[in-house]
Amino acid sequence: MENNNKENVKLVGFWVSPFVQRVRWALKMKGIKKYEYIEEDIYNKSSLLSEINPVYGKVPVLVHNGKPLSESSIILEYIDHVWNDDFVPPLLPRDPYQRAQARFWAKFADQKVLESAWMVLCSEGEKQERAVKEAIEALEKLEEKLKSGNSVFFGGDTIGYLDLMVGFVSYLYPVWEEAASVKILDALKFPALAAWQSDFLNHELIASEYLPPKAEAVAYFRWRRSELIPVYNRMY
Amino acid sequence: MADGVVLLDTYFSMFGMRARLALAEKGIDYEYKEENLGDKSPVLLEMNPVHKKIPVLIHNGKPVCESLIIVQYIDEVWKDNSPLLPSDPYQRAQARFWADFVDKKVYDAGRRLWTTKGDELETAKKDFIEALKLLEAELGEKPYFGGENFGFVDVALITYSSWFYTYETCGNFSVEEHCPKLMEWVKRCMEKESVSKSLADPKKIYDFVLFLKKKHGFE
Repeated sequence: MENNNKENVKLVGFWVSPFVQRVRWALKMKGIKKYEYIEEDIYNKSSLLSEINPVYGKVPVLVHNGKPLSESSIILEYIDHVWNDDFVPPLLPRDPYQRAQARFWAKFADQKVLESAWMVLCSEGEKQERAVKEAIEALEKLEEKLKSGNSVFFGGDTIGYLDLMVGFVSYLYPVWEEAASVKILDALKFPALAAWQSDFLNHELIASEYLPPKAEAVAYFRWRRSELIPVYNRMY
Repeated sequence: MADGVVLLDTYFSMFGMRARLALAEKGIDYEYKEENLGDKSPVLLEMNPVHKKIPVLIHNGKPVCESLIIVQYIDEVWKDNSPLLPSDPYQRAQARFWADFVDKKVYDAGRRLWTTKGDELETAKKDFIEALKLLEAELGEKPYFGGENFGFVDVALITYSSWFYTYETCGNFSVEEHCPKLMEWVKRCMEKESVSKSLADPKKIYDFVLFLKKKHGFE
């Protein structure tokens, strides 16, 4: 029985999911190396997935000592809560007000930044132009947030929860931009975010962690774009 | 007020009610400011420039936005009485999961119940009842979602109950018929003073929704 083994960890994921990526980074930051990664084909879902995530049937799912958890932001808070001694970096700030701020901006990152960029990927013509405008508006707020902290990272001098939650902007934005043939994050317009993109990816705490290979990722999202443009055309 | 707590809110908002409820559970004195969403105050625009929405909790001059984030903040700052979130990490994560489920599934279906008609309305009804049934199953035989004590998920969901009359009337169905155990839980929660004084009157909400339906042409 491995009840007290803090490292009995399984992660069920999909190679290119930004939500799964956050959990990989969190586990890396906490020094959790010996976990089992299970790749799920989300287009042909296994019975395992419906067993461990009966409500949504989605990845990521973290299974710790046999108990499953889903939703990336919730998984990150859980990881931070369980692995929290003096030898591992904290993810969330300790101060309640700073924590509330981090949670607020993490929600913004998902609902506004990621959502709008996804719409850019899945649209064309006039619809895409509108989506780009919204994506830029969202990035402007994020840029302001980063600048207002007067530090390199959202987490301050080092990376934290909010950097992980915004992390998709660092490596996935260039992929989506290439797949959709459109630029959203112009380095001249967003100097703080542009600098943060490489500072984040090169940070020693996560630099050696897996990232989806770029060429394959671009091909994958090109395919998703072609599938979803007609779907979103009907919906919106 | 020793610590300067202000809440920007609107009477009918199930999100605002969560903040009121958490403050009541903790016995915190605060100043309540009713916002007119058709004419937002400069304070609101200053304190929530990103979304310009209520509720906003202002503590010692600093704003906290988003209802569930506000409730967690209240729980963390005033941590010595009536804890809302469990201390066990896994239980805490589960509580967050179900509160998030309420916002993902109940809100959207609920909104569609009074803004749509015909086939869309029937779909909304189906989705709404399905979501409530999942929550009812999660409640199980416990008195509260939080177990023996009123907790985070209870706060997240109970405020929607003030909107049940509106949803039922617009959708022509009964929550009690589909989810009797959940309605028992609602009644149990309403026996708590913090709950009964924080929730808006269901009939007043319905009148307000009728006004909105007319105004926006949802009839």
